[in-house]
Amino acid sequence: MDKEFDIVIIGGGPAGLAAAVSAYDEGEKNIVIIERSEQLGGILNQCIHNGFGLHTFKEELTGPEYAARFEDEVKKRNIECLLNTMVLDISSDKIVTAINKDDGMFSIKAKTVVLCMGCRERPRGALNIPGARPAGVYSAGTAQKLINISGMKIGKEIVILGSGDIGLIMARRLTLEGAKVKAVVELMPYSGGLKRNIVQCLDDYSIPLLLSHTITKINGKHRIKSVIVSEVDENRRPIKGTETEYKCDTLLLSVGLLPENELSKKAGVNINNVTGGPVVTQDFETNIEGVFACGNVLHVHDLVDFVSEEASDAGKNAALYVKNSDKKKGKTVIVKAENGVRYVVPNTIDTNFEEDIKLRFRVDNIYKNVYIKVTMGDKELIKRKKMIVAPGEMETLVLKKEMLSDSDNIDNIIVSLER
Amino acid sequence: METHKFICIGCPMGCDLTVTVDGDNISVTGNTCKRGEDYAKKEVTRPMRVLTSSVKVDGGEYPVVSVRTNCDIDKDKLFECMKVIKDTTVKAPIKIGDVLIKNILNTSADIIATKDVDKA
Repeated sequence: MDKEFDIVIIGGGPAGLAAAVSAYDEGEKNIVIIERSEQLGGILNQCIHNGFGLHTFKEELTGPEYAARFEDEVKKRNIECLLNTMVLDISSDKIVTAINKDDGMFSIKAKTVVLCMGCRERPRGALNIPGARPAGVYSAGTAQKLINISGMKIGKEIVILGSGDIGLIMARRLTLEGAKVKAVVELMPYSGGLKRNIVQCLDDYSIPLLLSHTITKINGKHRIKSVIVSEVDENRRPIKGTETEYKCDTLLLSVGLLPENELSKKAGVNINNVTGGPVVTQDFETNIEGVFACGNVLHVHDLVDFVSEEASDAGKNAALYVKNSDKKKGKTVIVKAENGVRYVVPNTIDTNFEEDIKLRFRVDNIYKNVYIKVTMGDKELIKRKKMIVAPGEMETLVLKKEMLSDSDNIDNIIVSLER
Repeated sequence: METHKFICIGCPMGCDLTVTVDGDNISVTGNTCKRGEDYAKKEVTRPMRVLTSSVKVDGGEYPVVSVRTNCDIDKDKLFECMKVIKDTTVKAPIKIGDVLIKNILNTSADIIATKDVDKA
């Protein structure tokens, strides 16, 4: 064995940084962060727009500034960081195999592993758009990196498919850079992005948002020349006769994010089919003892503030596990999502808990004037009225210990909507 | 008398706001809370935005450094400011918070770096 650490954090983005800081502050100082790129901060480095940190720091920061705050905390604590280092494998007994230019391939024996690998964009290949395969088609995040980090220009006449937040942010960025964004095309009847991004990135610049539309053809041999946009029916099928051609030299895809769990799966971590992330307890522990997961690798968040908050809890729990790995467990109840709720994190709750538990969840459609409810058997634990809930905005409820006081005969807690 | 329409960004509700301006008298309808009213009034009287962009770097580890205005600027000055930003090149090293362009176009806002860029 080459190295030993109590806590190995895979990924140096917002989740990894927050997890490292809180684990350290809990008293476990033998920590390493392993990051594959040349800098810490992850995707925040290319998110140069503002709006980060309203919850955490009570001010609006840009992505790099938000990352710098956490990097400073990591540096202050002298937490070891391995940059330019790629983790190749995590075994079920927590041996982490990694590679870099200086050390070659090496392995680390870990007492705990915190999975903080984040997510990646759904690629073009997953979309089945008919037509040619010309240059000029980028995922929105790739375009963002090329412009904001590499200082390149990517095109002058842009169409964006998908109204995810990165696509909306790029619509504004490209417009300010002098490009013409002709349309943002969204398959669903609503946008998956945050409201304020629709207003401040599209409405501010009179960029049309075409809801219930999709791209049915890409034209161009070497470079993209145009796309065909069609309206879709309620089953998301293109409607014949609605085809409109949009001339463009660039197409951006902002069509969803996928948690990056190849390493987790290799280690034998169970994955939730809805989130694409690990199944976890309220401590953010996976089915493999001592392996924790948090941030976008667990479920895709819309605000980095919530990633930091979740990762901070996960890091603390990892440190507590190192201190006391044979802690007594109570009864396990399963948390279920039903009736309009798409998923809930965590998936299980050990009733022997001390601190409040945050239930984070998403709904499957836009609903107005509904109650969000948490029930246990026929007992209602929480019922809260909401004027509106939307798939693009994560919801949170807090479960208190006393609420589960008579859970002896109960196996499930259910989060649902009542209309 | 003139009317303007906005979507409120105060919360996910996204109320459709209609603002009627009659001389000094501004009235807002369509809002469901006070925040909507405040937002709409600001949008018709003086819409302000923080501008973020990047500035070319000479001799740095990266070719550009990310920047922002250190306060809100008038929305209708965004494109003029972008011209100034695009015509600017700064020398590495740059520290986060460094003022790269002072008082851009007399808006009283400075363009500041939002990231460290070391020498290459």
